[in-house]
Amino acid sequence: MTTETNTEIARKTNDADTPEVSALNIYVMGKRYLVPAGLTIMAAIEYAGYQFVRSCGCRAGFCGACSTVYRKDDEQKLHFALACQTTVEDGMYLVQIPFVPAAKAKYMIEDLKAEENTILSLYPEIARCVSCNTCTKSCPQDIKVMMYIQNALRGDIAKAAELSFDCIQCGMCAMRCPADIKHYHVAQLARRLRGKYIDTLSKDLKKRVAEVEGGQYDKEIEELVGMSEEQLRGLYNKREIEAKKKKEGE
Amino acid sequence: MDLLYYPGCTVKTSAKCLETSGFAVIKALGHNLVEMEEWNCCGVVASLTDDDLMHHLAPLRNLIHAEDQGQEKIVTFCDMCGNTLKQTNLRVQESEENLDTLNNFMDQEEDYKKSVDVQHFLEFLRDDVGFAKLKKSVKKPLKGMKIMPYYGCTMLRPREVAIDDAEEPRILADLLKSLGAEVIDTPYKIECCGSYHTIEQKDLTAKRAYRISSSAQKAGADAIMLSCPMCKFNLDHRGKDAESLYDGYKQIPVYYYTQLIAMAMGLDIEECGFDSHTVDPIPLLKEKKVI
Repeated sequence: MTTETNTEIARKTNDADTPEVSALNIYVMGKRYLVPAGLTIMAAIEYAGYQFVRSCGCRAGFCGACSTVYRKDDEQKLHFALACQTTVEDGMYLVQIPFVPAAKAKYMIEDLKAEENTILSLYPEIARCVSCNTCTKSCPQDIKVMMYIQNALRGDIAKAAELSFDCIQCGMCAMRCPADIKHYHVAQLARRLRGKYIDTLSKDLKKRVAEVEGGQYDKEIEELVGMSEEQLRGLYNKREIEAKKKKEGE
Repeated sequence: MDLLYYPGCTVKTSAKCLETSGFAVIKALGHNLVEMEEWNCCGVVASLTDDDLMHHLAPLRNLIHAEDQGQEKIVTFCDMCGNTLKQTNLRVQESEENLDTLNNFMDQEEDYKKSVDVQHFLEFLRDDVGFAKLKKSVKKPLKGMKIMPYYGCTMLRPREVAIDDAEEPRILADLLKSLGAEVIDTPYKIECCGSYHTIEQKDLTAKRAYRISSSAQKAGADAIMLSCPMCKFNLDHRGKDAESLYDGYKQIPVYYYTQLIAMAMGLDIEECGFDSHTVDPIPLLKEKKVI
């Protein structure tokens, strides 16, 4: 899309017959586009004519696929955000980070024990943390990233898991770290260790697993497996949505 | 009295017994250690390079957290942490320019106002409690225990942050005397344990542990007392490794000073975590009828 067309669009949106929408300049990988205010970064990039092949997932702030690095016209510092969750601002220089090539330790969770040095032995580089806090500053989820790494370092697996609970694994922390720490992988290991070895098992889960293993849902599954795509679609569209039902009830 | 406590990673992992025995002692002395709400790794070894400020972020951040809690003093058990925190504290006291650079980098924290004093727990015992007073709390004097006090490097060097004289330290000897033990003095009390060579060069460290421990034994010591978790690992664990390098050599037990104070005060032996030692420290305590 050329700048000329953008100007036309802006002119059109500012037409007297339509409600006034202010137009913003954004820069996608260095190229300027004029977009309406109020869009998310993701919608603005799409408005500018791009189609996402990567760097886009759930569009709801959960999957972490749309991590974005940006700078604003008058600032020297970089900002980090999820494109689907952040409103576009005038003068944003944007780039999408679709994938982070951070190395991940190989382990079988069954073979590990939740001990003080378990995380350190799989990710020894956490001992290189200089506490610069750059990871925390790069987190679009506002997680205390450096603190959970510090908790992992001192063997407090439960705390590392708790502090990192909202992590969506976008990987920005690992991209920014001067010590080559793979924070989000460390956090995942902490949560796995906590889930498997530290927290008490849920009684309800145990009950449900026993029901599944006892064949209580076999008939329903078999029915589903036997359905055509059309029948499945119909069933899906007629599904009960708890939130919706509640709203209707009111 | 409540004291703000900076733990450091080692006392939470490989040196838990230093922390548990230290806590038992301070509680018995009528004080209370309150762990800092937020703390990170001390930085491990202060960088001495003029322009390498990056490695002062970790210690300074801890000092800022102490100020956040409105405290003017932090107490720590670990020699390495104490040394690192003190060196950074000193650097920023002396260089306004360095402090500005670090404060500017940590733009999400409050600026450091240079109000925090870092104290090693040994200093607290000597200067605030007093060994004379400590002696009065001794219920089971370590009578007949011949112990070599071992200082290592980080509590004594550099001079600016040392807690005692680098060549002729006496703090551990004085402490041992107040506990009723016999002090065995050897020139190896300030010899380096081998420090981090323990990771890549196990034999080198085992040989150093042998030199230190065997000199103690020749002088008549049947145990070593120290403070630093790094030295403890090397003398105790690598000292045990040295048994396979030297015919007939047997490693003697290595105690933290906090463990021996706890034993002399008649506190619960469970707080000493002796089962984490490589060389079992219990038989000697039984032999000398301390327990």
